[in-house]
Amino acid sequence: MSHEIRIHGRGGQGAVLASSILAQAFVDEGKYVVAIPSFGFERRGAPVSACLRADDREIRALTNIYRPDCVICIDPTLPRMVDIFAGLRPGGTLVQASSLRPDAIARPGTVETLGLCDAVGIALEIFGKPITNSIMLGAFARTTGLVSLDSLMDALERADFRDAGLAQNRRAMQRGYAETEVLAPEAVA
Amino acid sequence: MNNMSRIAVCDGNEAAAIGVKLSRPDVVAVYPITPQSSLVEYLSKFIAEGSLDAELMNLEGEHSVLSALQGACLAGARTYTATCGPGLAFMFEPYIRTPGLRLPMVASLVNRDMLSPQCVWGGQQDVMTVRDAGWIHLFCESAQEVLDTVIMAYRIAEHPDVMLPVNINHDGNYLSYGVTRVEIPEQPAVDAFLGPKNVNWHTALDPDRPMAVDPLTGGADAEGAAVFAAYRQSQCRGMQSALHVIAEVHAEWADAFGRHYAPLVEEYRVDGADIAIVTIGSMSGAAKDAVDAARERGVAAGVIRIKTFRPFPVEAFVHAAAQVRALGVVDRSVSFGWNCGPVAQEVLGALYRTGRTIPVLSFIGGLAGADLTQEHFDEVIDSTVRALEAGPSPATPETVWLDARGEGAGR
Repeated sequence: MSHEIRIHGRGGQGAVLASSILAQAFVDEGKYVVAIPSFGFERRGAPVSACLRADDREIRALTNIYRPDCVICIDPTLPRMVDIFAGLRPGGTLVQASSLRPDAIARPGTVETLGLCDAVGIALEIFGKPITNSIMLGAFARTTGLVSLDSLMDALERADFRDAGLAQNRRAMQRGYAETEVLAPEAVA
Repeated sequence: MNNMSRIAVCDGNEAAAIGVKLSRPDVVAVYPITPQSSLVEYLSKFIAEGSLDAELMNLEGEHSVLSALQGACLAGARTYTATCGPGLAFMFEPYIRTPGLRLPMVASLVNRDMLSPQCVWGGQQDVMTVRDAGWIHLFCESAQEVLDTVIMAYRIAEHPDVMLPVNINHDGNYLSYGVTRVEIPEQPAVDAFLGPKNVNWHTALDPDRPMAVDPLTGGADAEGAAVFAAYRQSQCRGMQSALHVIAEVHAEWADAFGRHYAPLVEEYRVDGADIAIVTIGSMSGAAKDAVDAARERGVAAGVIRIKTFRPFPVEAFVHAAAQVRALGVVDRSVSFGWNCGPVAQEVLGALYRTGRTIPVLSFIGGLAGADLTQEHFDEVIDSTVRALEAGPSPATPETVWLDARGEGAGR
C-alpha cells in the first residue's frame, strides 16, 4: 500500500496534531510514514493543512504532497475558501466534516468515496467548542479502513492535548467512527 | 523494555532533543527561534520532568547563550544549544571564538534562510554564511540521522585529535517538522558508546590548576607571529584530523547500533553512472527517488550526498566524482560572490584535484521554505545529461534557479 493523505482545517482545530496521531497509528501497524505540516504563522481560525504519506516501504522523500488520494477536511466551512480538492487523484476519497446531506456536498468527479460526519455537532456536545480533529480521525478510519480504530485510540493515548483531556478525545474519536456515513463507489455512482 | 517502546514517531526537532537527552549534557542554554523553538521546548520539558539532569539557562539572547556555554565548557561541562538564521547572526561573536578556544561543544543549526527579504522558513543560507568560522559541519538527511548524529557529534568534538565544536545541521521545516518513525537507542548503549566525559583536559577553569585562557597573542614581532600561526595551524590540524575521527565514529556507531551512514560523502548508485546529483541535507531523499526513476528510464544517474561539509572531505568527494562525467549540484542557498550555489563552488575546488574538467551545473532551489521535489531533481538530471552530451565548453554554465519564473520580479 502507498497512500497520500492531506488534512485541511483551521488553526486551533488540531489538524497538525491529527496528522501526528495518524502517523503514530500507521507506524504501530508496521507502516512507514512521513507527515509534514504546512508552515506559516500560526493563527487561530486561519486555514492550515498537513500532509501524510504512508507506505509499506521506507519513505525517503521529505516533501509536500501534491497528488493526494485522500482529503480529510475537518472544518465544514473551509471548502468555500480553500480548494481542498487541488491535485486529488481520480478515484479519490473525501472525508468531510459536515451536517449536510451527501447531495449537498459539492465535490469534483475525482471523489469516488465520501465519508460524512457532523463533527462540529459532536464536538460541541463533548468539548463545548468545535475541535474536530479526533472525531475526524475516527471518520477517516471508518471511511477508508486504512487504519484501525484501535490503533488510532492507542495513538491518542500518547498525544499531547492542550485543550481537552484524553477521556473526552477518546469519546470523540469513537463517536466520529460510529457516526460517519460512508458512500462507497457504487452508491455514489 | 519491549521493542515497541523504542520506536518513536516524531519530527526532526524532537529527534534532536532525544539525542541530546541520551548524550547527558550538563548545561543547556537556549533562546528560542523559529524553526528551532520546539527543539528547545522538548529539552526544557525533559529537564523539568527530570529525565535529563542538566542545568537549563534561558538567556536573553543568543550572544549570551554561547558566552555562558563557553564558561560552562571551560569548567568541564558537556554543553548543548541550538539556533538558526538571525539567532546565529546574533551569536556570531562568541561563535567565531569557540573553535579557537578548542571547546568541544555540540550545537544544532535548524537551518533557516537569511534575511532579507523577511522569512521564517528553511534554507541553508545561515550555515553557509559561517562555513569558514572553524566549526565542524555535519548535514543530516532524516530524523533518524539527526538523532544518531547528535550523539556521534560529542564523540567527534571531544576526541583529543579534534577538540573542536560541531554543528549538526538539519533543515528547517521539512526535517525539523516532518514526522517519521525513529528508533531510539537504549541509554546504557549510548553511555557505553560515549564513554566517560573528558571535555576539558586541555584548558580548564580550575583553581588548583591556574592558567591564562586566551591571552593576547600575535603582533608584528617574530615570536608573536609564530605563536599565533602555531595556534592557527593547530586548529587546521584539528579540522583535518576530524576527517578520520568522523569516519571512525560512524563505523563504531554502525557496529554498536546497526545503522550505517556514510560519514563524509554518500555514494548512491554512483557506480556505473554517467552523471550524479550532488546533494546536502534533507533534499537527498527526493533526489534518490528521482535517480531510481531515471535508472528505470535508462538514464545512468546517481547521487553524491555530502554529510560532512566542514572539514570538506576532498578525498572522499573526489573518489565519488571520479566515477561520473558530469555533475549537477543542488544548493539550498546562494554564494553571492560567485553567482552560484556555495556547494557548487566547493565542488569545483575539489574537482581540481582530479586533474580533469567535467561539466558542473549549479542549481539553486528550496529557498525560504520552498519544496525540493522529485520533479525538481528530474529537471536537474535532464539538464546535467544535456550538458554532458553538449561536451566541453569554455563558457561557465549559467546557474539554474529551480523556482524562478522569469527575472525581474524583485528588481
